[in-house]
Amino acid sequence: MSTLPSSAAHAPHAHSGTTVSRVMGTVMLALLPATLYGFYLYGWPSIWLWLITVGACLIMEVACLRLTGRGGPATLWDGSALLAGWLLAMTLPPWAPWWIGVIGAFATIVVAKHAYGGLGQNPFNPAMVGRVALLISFPLPLTTWVRPVPLFAAGSPGPAEGLHITLFGSGVPDALTSATLLGHVKTEATRGMDVPHALAELLGSAPYGFGWHSGSMGETATLLILAGGLFLLAKRLITWHIPVAVLAGCAIPAAIAHALQPEAYLSAGHHLAAGALMQGAFFIATDMVTSPASTSGRLIFGFGVGLLTWVIRSFAGFPEGLAFAVLLMNACVPLIDRFTRPRIYGHGKPAGAR
Amino acid sequence: MAKPVIAALPPWLQRTLIRWGVHPDDRKRPVADLPVERMPLPPLLFLPLQQHVGAPARPVVQIGDRVAKGQLVAEASANISAPVHASTSGVIQDITTYPAPHPSGLEQPVIVLAPDGEDRWLNTSPPADPFALEPAAIAKIVAEAGVVGLGGATFPSAVKFALGLRVKVTTLIVNGGECEPYLSCDDRLMRDHADEVIDGIRIVMHAIGARQAKVGIENNKPEAIAAMQAAAAPYPAVEVIPVPAHYPMGSDKQLIQVLTGKEVPFDGRAADVGVLVHNVGTCRAVQQAVRKGHPLVERLVTVSGGAVPAPRNLLVPIGAPVQALFDHCGGFVSPPARVVMGGPMMGNPLATCASPVIKGTSGVLALTPAEVGDSGVNACIRCASCVAACPMNLMPLEMAAHIRVDDLDGAFQLGLNDCIGCGCCSYVCPSSVPLSHYFSYAKGALSNNERATLKSESIKKLTTARTERLEREAQEKAEAAARRKAEREAAKAKAAAAAAQASKPATEEVSS
Repeated sequence: MSTLPSSAAHAPHAHSGTTVSRVMGTVMLALLPATLYGFYLYGWPSIWLWLITVGACLIMEVACLRLTGRGGPATLWDGSALLAGWLLAMTLPPWAPWWIGVIGAFATIVVAKHAYGGLGQNPFNPAMVGRVALLISFPLPLTTWVRPVPLFAAGSPGPAEGLHITLFGSGVPDALTSATLLGHVKTEATRGMDVPHALAELLGSAPYGFGWHSGSMGETATLLILAGGLFLLAKRLITWHIPVAVLAGCAIPAAIAHALQPEAYLSAGHHLAAGALMQGAFFIATDMVTSPASTSGRLIFGFGVGLLTWVIRSFAGFPEGLAFAVLLMNACVPLIDRFTRPRIYGHGKPAGAR
Repeated sequence: MAKPVIAALPPWLQRTLIRWGVHPDDRKRPVADLPVERMPLPPLLFLPLQQHVGAPARPVVQIGDRVAKGQLVAEASANISAPVHASTSGVIQDITTYPAPHPSGLEQPVIVLAPDGEDRWLNTSPPADPFALEPAAIAKIVAEAGVVGLGGATFPSAVKFALGLRVKVTTLIVNGGECEPYLSCDDRLMRDHADEVIDGIRIVMHAIGARQAKVGIENNKPEAIAAMQAAAAPYPAVEVIPVPAHYPMGSDKQLIQVLTGKEVPFDGRAADVGVLVHNVGTCRAVQQAVRKGHPLVERLVTVSGGAVPAPRNLLVPIGAPVQALFDHCGGFVSPPARVVMGGPMMGNPLATCASPVIKGTSGVLALTPAEVGDSGVNACIRCASCVAACPMNLMPLEMAAHIRVDDLDGAFQLGLNDCIGCGCCSYVCPSSVPLSHYFSYAKGALSNNERATLKSESIKKLTTARTERLEREAQEKAEAAARRKAEREAAKAKAAAAAAQASKPATEEVSS
């Protein structure tokens, strides 16, 4: 009588085939168009910075896995570290010096991820921890933005020159610096200029959202980010709840405030198109590890992220508040999860039944 | 606002409203389209005494007895139990133990039957008109025929009938969902024997006092739906309703919800919402028992899986070794990674192919490594795919987190006992966390704990009772002794008084 293999296995004896690395890979695929467009807009320094940030994340991931003895060789290739580094790089000023990427990677991988126990254990979004740590520690390089100087255009640095800019941090030449929309409006507001004038001064009549202005790679090409987000929705990797709630949480108060006092508050459209809101809504707030598990919880979480972003942008000292908003709401996730558990089948009184 | 009856809505709306479950590749065809073959009798049949939920049956035959097909070989031994009958005519060769169709492969008591090849039925005299019988009489026939739930639950059907009479059941839900991938034995049964299935449904309705029957069939079986609708056409009380092909539609609770809009309360039974669920195969077994006097001795079994060269639906005598089924379908193309009894989502892996087919065996699958999709377990990334897939609205990831640190009570608080074990969570998990396995383990451990608690509580109760009794007895003894002493003293006093009186009668007279 022969004994069959795996009789100790348990049902189900089938699997959907979804794996962590496939999930991560799909998210990266969704990020690709905006990233490539960012490379094109900001040239070689942005490519080098991206490579350094992602590379540093991978090296630190390996080091942490070794030190903690967590996971096998497969764990590195689950793609989570690569994705975290990628998302971090997308939020940095494209011409920032190399050490910004490396320190950011340290905060992201070592502090935010592995200090808490590695993949799946971190309460805070690693890329946002990295970004906030950098913003608070090194405000100047984190707020020095470059005007788009597309690859192959006159004035765009070549590979070697780009590497020189990234490694030896000659900084962005004054002629190329420019403020982001949110930064400009905030600065001018402190000088007493109202919002419509500040906008007119920065943009003229050019439309916003197509990337032809300064900012990080993840915030300027709003439409490509949106397209990537819709791809994730179509692939059913994320549900609509968080993105819609984030956008609504920011747009609704913005629209009300703008209607009441247009000279003091940006319109909902500018809030949606500017800054990291779109990337935050589809790629950051939707991070599975650090967002609630139930649908109602996701709506609350997303709305909180959007609302806090608007509050910080409108009333706080920082021009952009998405990263802070995400971290603040991350802290609420266990609480949200606790109070938004779905009603179990057969428990409680179903609405109107019997 | 009443909950919508999902089955009554247009298909696109059904898709949006059903928020649970998964869509595994159903892999039912081409097997479902091939005609059923009767499997030749194997040299020996192994009839387990325990093929059902409840107490094992008690043998009523001796080694060497000659039996006819359908003859009783083991009787029901308790209220919840089911008898076992000879699957063919032959000689009782042994009453022994044999590997059970269970992952453990442990041996269990069986009756070994050597077929004589004649396949000769026992003579019986079925009733002329079952609808003229009392419901209790039908339940008796069904109980004596050893009919159990053939969807896999193997609960004795007659016991369920009795429940239907005790509680007011208006609707019989007939489960033709067959939502497990690969399996197509119910599909085949409905296509080939729709008239008998509908007849059986009407007999069951009569037996449980239901006014109407709703037959739910997944819409990936259009031929079965057409056949059943045609057979049900003369009977307006029997409604054949296509339901979305969506795993686990064949779970009682989910099917009830989709067909009636009602939810079975967590602390109750389906009968509490006025319904009773029976599988199509069970209804047909009831029909065979009542109309022909044939007990449950054979069933349709789907033999499939990537390692099987000629997969097929077979008509198999109960007790045939699983290996014989595979042999009839051409053996194995490649060594299977896993042999499963039942469907891939909820079936049991077998320790050995020697184990016999039992009443609840809907399929035997020999799965290749690619089909099983075994990959290493990774960390949970809290993607909540399991939450979206759970048909009971549980949060599997949280329950698993509690179980991992042995906090079974925490998992219980989150609804562990509401888990129906459908396997959707494990199926979708990108980290391949064996969630279903966790929950089975935790349920087992919890009920062990509960049993242990009950036991210690009852011991405590007995001990307390004993102490109290001893104390009471001691007290009673003391009281009795005191009473006797008092009586003695009273008697003594009386005697003394009497003596005193006798010595001075004069004084007494004066004083009175």
